[in-house]
Amino acid sequence: MIEQVFRSERARCIAILGRVLGDLDLAEDAVQDAFVTAAERWPRDGVPANPGAWIVATARNRAIDRIRREQTLARKTELLARAESLPQDVDSVIPDERLELIFACCHPALAADAQVALTLSLVGGLATPEIARAFLVPEPTLAQRLVRAKRKIRDAGIPLRVPPEHLLPERLRSVLAVVYLVFNAGYGPPVRRELCAEAIRLALLLATFMPDEAEVHGLHALLLLQDARRDARVDGEALVLLGDQDRSRWDRAEIDQGRAALERALALRLPGPYQVQAAIAALHLEEETDWRQIALLYGRLLELAPSPVIELNRAVAVAFADGPADGLALVDAIDGLAGYYLFHATRADLLRRLERSHEAAAAYERATELAPSEVERRFLRGRRRSL
Amino acid sequence: MKYALLIYSDEARAQFDELPEAEQRSIMGEYFAISELPGTVGGAQLQPATTATTVRVDDGKTLTTDGPFAETKETLGGFYLYEAANLDDALEVAARIPAARLGGRVEVRPLVER
Repeated sequence: MIEQVFRSERARCIAILGRVLGDLDLAEDAVQDAFVTAAERWPRDGVPANPGAWIVATARNRAIDRIRREQTLARKTELLARAESLPQDVDSVIPDERLELIFACCHPALAADAQVALTLSLVGGLATPEIARAFLVPEPTLAQRLVRAKRKIRDAGIPLRVPPEHLLPERLRSVLAVVYLVFNAGYGPPVRRELCAEAIRLALLLATFMPDEAEVHGLHALLLLQDARRDARVDGEALVLLGDQDRSRWDRAEIDQGRAALERALALRLPGPYQVQAAIAALHLEEETDWRQIALLYGRLLELAPSPVIELNRAVAVAFADGPADGLALVDAIDGLAGYYLFHATRADLLRRLERSHEAAAAYERATELAPSEVERRFLRGRRRSL
Repeated sequence: MKYALLIYSDEARAQFDELPEAEQRSIMGEYFAISELPGTVGGAQLQPATTATTVRVDDGKTLTTDGPFAETKETLGGFYLYEAANLDDALEVAARIPAARLGGRVEVRPLVER
């Protein structure tokens, strides 16, 4: 029970305390203290009717205890006044300010890696060791990064608020990028289910609070549609190509949720890159893959967000729609991907289909050298051998 | 909360010197407009870093050297002190400083409140 409350209420409580105190470090510690107290009392006295408000009221008192130990008098007086303005009533309705918290965590004045770590830690409630493992960072480094980011929010005056209209588009982009990065870190290989689930929870939270933002629904849809294939995508340690996946292992309910989210996005008629990617993901889930339509959508995506990786994806779609020779011509025209393993893997596959085995073998070897993990290397060596 | 908007402007200064006079005047106007903002509580333009002298006291002995302290390409050219509600507001003012778009940089640093 207490774990469930922790999961659902912790971020809300940190957001409320953080906003009033202007200090996320203090807010997090006070909320942590309150949960420790809850773990002692609830089993004995029963779970309060409004657990969130109970945690806020208890954290408020814990924060006041902590502030009393504070050295500087001026800061002490100000913080105490702030803490005392928090509700003490354990039945009060507490506001949900998680959205404000997310925007502070993803503020561009924080380094990109700190944004991700902070969002996972404060909003997602992931423990420091979990985050450190997911991003292959030593635990003390990550802990240090979190502390520094929280101090910067306090000392540089990064506001805990939803940005005003004229800043919103840029800020929302950086929030969505953080959520997508979390998802990709979990999508693997190796797969880390909890990160994917966390990214989807964050996207749902954003979609709930910002129902008029088409790209928020677009990202939510994209994550659901990709996540729906997670069990079919990996077989033991090996990656399974989309065309070879066992479709009965796709999560039908999640696909439906993803399609519904995409509908909501498209109904707002404000196109954006996440919506296009979600539309492409949806087409991949159809019985018959419409490669021509996918190639068109990649063309649209290139207009919205030009990148050589998207050019590569478009080339793959064109290869399926119009034949490997057309695809290869597009691949060979791409600049700037010589160090990217999928560029060489794609070339290798197209050369194989054109029966240019020698060139294909060389491209597979180059791709293997550049591949980021053993799962991918094993897959590529297998392809190389089957030539 | 008060912020120092530190203007690193050697590059911007070089670009500025190449501009026609009318454009220079309009850019100076932008600097004055920022000085006149209700939040601006101070500021100054500094003479070029070639006029700088650096002082250090070692064992009670004063050591004086020619030039700025940091051997970087960009040196501090001036600053504003700006009182803002939060970092976002300070960043918006910083982005309006002409040096920021003329090849220079503006560093935003909160002041210690006592």
